Amino acid sequence: MHELSLAESILQLIEEAAVEQQFTQVKTVWLEVGQLACVEQESLRFFFAVVTEDSIARQAKLEIIDIAGQAKCGQCHRVMMIATYHQACPQCGSYALHVTQGDGMRIKELEVE
Amino acid sequence: MCTTCGCGVGQTRINGQSMPSRHRSNTRLHYRPSQSAHDPAHEQVSAPVTADHATDTLHFGTGIAGTHAPGMSQSRIVKIERDILAKNNQYAAENRRYFAQHGIFALNLVSSPGSGKTTVLVKTIEMLRDRFPIAVIEGDQQTDHDAARIRATGVPALQINTGKGCHLDAHMIGQALQQMSILDNSLLFIENVGNLVCPSGFDLGEAHKVVILSATEGEDKPLKYPDMFHAADLMLLNKCDLLPHLTFDVDLAIDYAHRIHPGLPVLQISATLGSGMQAWIDWISAGCHRAAAASQLPQHIDSTLG
Repeated sequence: MHELSLAESILQLIEEAAVEQQFTQVKTVWLEVGQLACVEQESLRFFFAVVTEDSIARQAKLEIIDIAGQAKCGQCHRVMMIATYHQACPQCGSYALHVTQGDGMRIKELEVE
Repeated sequence: MCTTCGCGVGQTRINGQSMPSRHRSNTRLHYRPSQSAHDPAHEQVSAPVTADHATDTLHFGTGIAGTHAPGMSQSRIVKIERDILAKNNQYAAENRRYFAQHGIFALNLVSSPGSGKTTVLVKTIEMLRDRFPIAVIEGDQQTDHDAARIRATGVPALQINTGKGCHLDAHMIGQALQQMSILDNSLLFIENVGNLVCPSGFDLGEAHKVVILSATEGEDKPLKYPDMFHAADLMLLNKCDLLPHLTFDVDLAIDYAHRIHPGLPVLQISATLGSGMQAWIDWISAGCHRAAAASQLPQHIDSTLG
């Protein structure tokens, strides 16, 4: 349910950018969402549509770019792709993995007019 | 308000008083609604009165291509490259700076509802109130029952009601800090909303998140709710006095927690009986001493905590 807060944060960042960069309408929002980030994409889409109603981003298209999870094994230092936090290293079986990519969410860019 | 689950904004209350919203900036935004070519109902939408007509200049070089071609859209790409949680993280950094300057050791207690967070807190306060000044921020959707339980111990407590919200955020904590007068070198407990999902992503500026799992829950909670166990720096396994009556496998629970967060320290306690609490008290005391010592070294304020 925190997707509502995330959607509001997205709109807030967009509105700040609108003031700085002088645009009046957002057509597309590109979001990078890590596979390990604590966010449910369908829920985020739903809340994005709700919070952007009557805003500068009304009816904007939300394009989500999936960022794969990546980790480095603390034991054997192998770098691997992971889909969940509880995966073991395929090489040595260790669970001591350090996530190096795919646990964040950010707005990459906007198509604006 | 969301029509599906009823969650919404503007219902956050601190000690019963409504909190100013941070979601609307003071700057007036000029915008015009999107015009849909496929939906005749939207074609006639007139621009709001705030629409910006101030400039009479037509600029054809601002499109995606940086130039103009007849018939092409004038949209352009704006690079943002900002973390969605950047705003929360800014507030969290301000809180963290405040804590560091005042030698305050802040802990964010997170768990599912019913794990015994408040009971752990009450017991902890009883054991520590003669050694450190203590303050508590309580987070719940509704009621100030928990704050009342804390105040009964003689420690000041401020209740944040999140309304329909499912977690505390750093801005709420910043507002709460303004209303409290926390003594220097205090121990501050922030009891988050009982929820193993949402609070994991929201940094409040605390030194550590402490996750509480109780023996009456499933051993596989760490696997089911990995984000929280990944974010926490300490796990308390509560209600261990009930283990003889339960089928809860302690080793399995710890093993699962370590799959998510290798090396996560785990303390087995019973807040009701007080067993195992000493190790927790020692862990807190060490943190309080570190925070107090770090606040004496201004040049190291930000790096020595944690």
